[in-house]
Amino acid sequence: MEKQLALQMRGITKRFGSVLANDHVDLDVYRGEILAILGENGCGKTTLMNMIAGIYFPDDGRIFMDGREVVIRSPKDAFAHGIGMIHQHFKLVDLFTAAENIVLGVEEEGRYNLKEVNERVNGIARKYGFHIDPQKKIYDMSVSEKQTVEIIKVLYRGADILILDEPTAVLTPQEIDRLFTVLRRMREDGKSIIIITHKLHEVLEVSDRVAILRRGEHIATVSTRDADESSLTEMMVGKKISLNIDRPQPVNPAPRLEVKHLNLHDAEGMHVLRDISFTANGGEILGIAGIAGSGQRQLLEAIAGLQPHVSGEIIFHNPKKDKPVTFFHKSMKRVKELGAQGAFHDGKQQPVSFAGMSTKEVRKWVESGDVLFREDETINLRDKTPLQIRELGVRLSFVPEDRLGMGLVGSMGITDNMMLRSYRKGAGGFLDRKKPRALADEIIRELEVSTPGVNSPVRRLSGGNVQKVLVGREIAFTPKVLMAAYPVRGLDINSSYTIYRLLNKQKENGVAVLFVGEDLDVLLELCDRILVINSGAVTGLVDARAATKEEIGLMMTRTASVRKEEA
Amino acid sequence: MTRSNKVREPLLHLSKRASLNPVKAGLIRLAALALGLVICGLAAFLLIDKLRQNPGKIGAFYYTFIKGSFSTTRKFWKYFKNLSILLCIALALTPAFRMRFWNTGGEGQTLVGVLGCIAVAFYLGGRIPEWLLLILMLLAALACGAVWGLIPALFKARWNTNETLFTLMMNYVATYLVAFFLEVWVTNGSGALPKQQYGKLPTVGNAYLLIILVVLALTVGLYIYLNYTKHGYEISVVGESVRTAQYVGISDKKVIIRTMMLSGALCGLAGYLIGAGLDQSITTESAGGQGFTAIMVSWLGKFNPVAMILTAGLIQLLNQGAAQISQDFDVSGALPNVIVGIILFFIIGCEFFINYEVHFPGLRRHAAQRKEGVK
Repeated sequence: MEKQLALQMRGITKRFGSVLANDHVDLDVYRGEILAILGENGCGKTTLMNMIAGIYFPDDGRIFMDGREVVIRSPKDAFAHGIGMIHQHFKLVDLFTAAENIVLGVEEEGRYNLKEVNERVNGIARKYGFHIDPQKKIYDMSVSEKQTVEIIKVLYRGADILILDEPTAVLTPQEIDRLFTVLRRMREDGKSIIIITHKLHEVLEVSDRVAILRRGEHIATVSTRDADESSLTEMMVGKKISLNIDRPQPVNPAPRLEVKHLNLHDAEGMHVLRDISFTANGGEILGIAGIAGSGQRQLLEAIAGLQPHVSGEIIFHNPKKDKPVTFFHKSMKRVKELGAQGAFHDGKQQPVSFAGMSTKEVRKWVESGDVLFREDETINLRDKTPLQIRELGVRLSFVPEDRLGMGLVGSMGITDNMMLRSYRKGAGGFLDRKKPRALADEIIRELEVSTPGVNSPVRRLSGGNVQKVLVGREIAFTPKVLMAAYPVRGLDINSSYTIYRLLNKQKENGVAVLFVGEDLDVLLELCDRILVINSGAVTGLVDARAATKEEIGLMMTRTASVRKEEA
Repeated sequence: MTRSNKVREPLLHLSKRASLNPVKAGLIRLAALALGLVICGLAAFLLIDKLRQNPGKIGAFYYTFIKGSFSTTRKFWKYFKNLSILLCIALALTPAFRMRFWNTGGEGQTLVGVLGCIAVAFYLGGRIPEWLLLILMLLAALACGAVWGLIPALFKARWNTNETLFTLMMNYVATYLVAFFLEVWVTNGSGALPKQQYGKLPTVGNAYLLIILVVLALTVGLYIYLNYTKHGYEISVVGESVRTAQYVGISDKKVIIRTMMLSGALCGLAGYLIGAGLDQSITTESAGGQGFTAIMVSWLGKFNPVAMILTAGLIQLLNQGAAQISQDFDVSGALPNVIVGIILFFIIGCEFFINYEVHFPGLRRHAAQRKEGVK
């Protein structure tokens, strides 16, 4: 069947400063098709779509609709031409109902009649198979429901061309299936659907054609029938790469971090984490899966000492057995106390007693390295600040989700960012930049960070390079526990694989790695075990080698109480 | 049919510059200064009668800016003295600004510094040795300034109050506090406190050189403090992101309190230089609005103590130029300030063009078409 052209782009070019975001892109969109725009982060997918949606204006190039040239200068122009975009970050008024949000900004003849609006919304929902309650307030809605409102909002305005920017990033596998069903129905209805994504399997599942962008250029548009994952990746990245993530078997996993009955209330008194218990083993990657905002961030921050009002236990097992005692993290007083408790032995399993010894003698003995720990140290991290945790000798690294807002200082160079953890070292009030500088050079070399210089602000680096700097610093001080929240979000494929390799390296070194991820495929390939949480409570713990995506998807949405009933 | 008359598009659009090389940024600033001078000349021509009647005097008009500061030795030293006091307050505000704590209370912090040192001179002058008196005056000035900085910092740390409003309001409290003490101290009804006999800073070379040297040393010291010490590093981290600070275990509250005490104490130092070094007395106008001008000095200097020497110098040059204009051209009131304001407007406004690039898509396309036409 011959398809009818809906939209043509010719020679679309857009610059941001010196960056060429889109370079003479030609693209056709047909009626009744699902077109996937595929490309790595920063390749110009969203910029291109924003120009059709009236957010940006192209520097050069022309747009045709049904063969006639059009000018789209604002989202209003776009709607007038039947183009609607569903953005990655929803633009809804929380306090309004779904229907109120949908009519917001629509200029229609006649009186504002909410009842009629509700009916029309229900009509659209029935037609395409959405589930929506027009009178529900946005703040009561799940992410998936909010997305539904956004889509209906666009349909209500009579859009024939719908652009969805990474619609699946925040959805569970089941919700994604439902969304795709709806999209297919819209296609049958003759609408053009453009879906921006970087997930290959989704492209293959739902689209009719795929347009691949790389560094602002349109590489090719292929029919999905003729494509597979490796051919698409090759076009996306520009070279062949292996898509398999290594997963070595854990060697001697031993409990390293034990979380018991962790509860957390936020500043407003809301229950954010409920009775969370799990054990992370050294030499193992423990994945944490859940819908965005289920408490993943708070869980890691609670462990790192960044959340007040925590109850429960966070036990860190410091692998000290048969290691010499030092004064590095312990005062003389504490060493004497522990000695009196019989915590040390002398290497021949004979207990160490400091009784009757002068402080000088004790110091001499301890510094000789002959005083050894009898057992691993256990330290409770609850109610400790990040500084106290470090001073106790707990080597806990944390790669937070908000890299520039929390992990790094955007306006500082790599050297100064290396100092963040270590600047207090050394006596006196002055900074020592020598060691951080050496570390910065090493990270740039080892992790192949591309930067104009060690002192140029990290804010100016690309997402992948920012992450390499952050992960590099956190790994540099040989952690025993490494927590990483969404460490590959926004990274290109090559950088993502660099990060996976780094995490695996840490695992092989016996580090307990906690990996909070959003891509279930990656979690299932990389992790040894996966902890699933929903609304701040644990809803499952699975062996990643045996579990399926559907299984985890169900755990992500079920509530903890259901689980208790099952048990 | 040409495209240009069919497709209407935006005339210009803006984009943020990734970075700009210092030479180009310097050229933009110079161009802005030149343009400012031209426009202020035009404004002066329209507004000043003497100039309109005698357009040949336009050269003399521009010369007043130099004349105001450099025509005599006395003016020369006065220029550097005023520059130093202004720079001192600007330096004092800078640690707070680097922490993104918008301390608009430099005026009040300086004023209570003057008050502290004059109070010591008033009550202890003549009763203790002069050197001891001068030290006590200094300590009092630093302590008063520090307290004036500490109060808003405590509220910010404890209740996250808005520091801009809080420090601003503290200025008025300081003014009325001075008015109160003047009521107490001045019993003859004149309302003016006579010059104190005791507690005068010794002169080095001339009356102003000591002040200039102190502020110069402070500039260097603060530059080192902000860039090479652990405290300075903590200030930068807290300023950039409180969450990053918490993440690495820096107590943002502690840093805010410590830095605001420093900021206030340095304002107190400026107060000491005014009180013990220059005035030997106090009025509610002892800080003379310099606490506000200093905000501009610090901002224009991008919070860099060394660059602030230049910005303070420029602003002081304009101020003394304004005074000279009113003298030479028989104008009074706000007119000289309006003229100086025009120059400042251009100098501040040009920062926009340093941060953003302006594109004219239409022009570029025309140029491209013309090129094609040639082919």
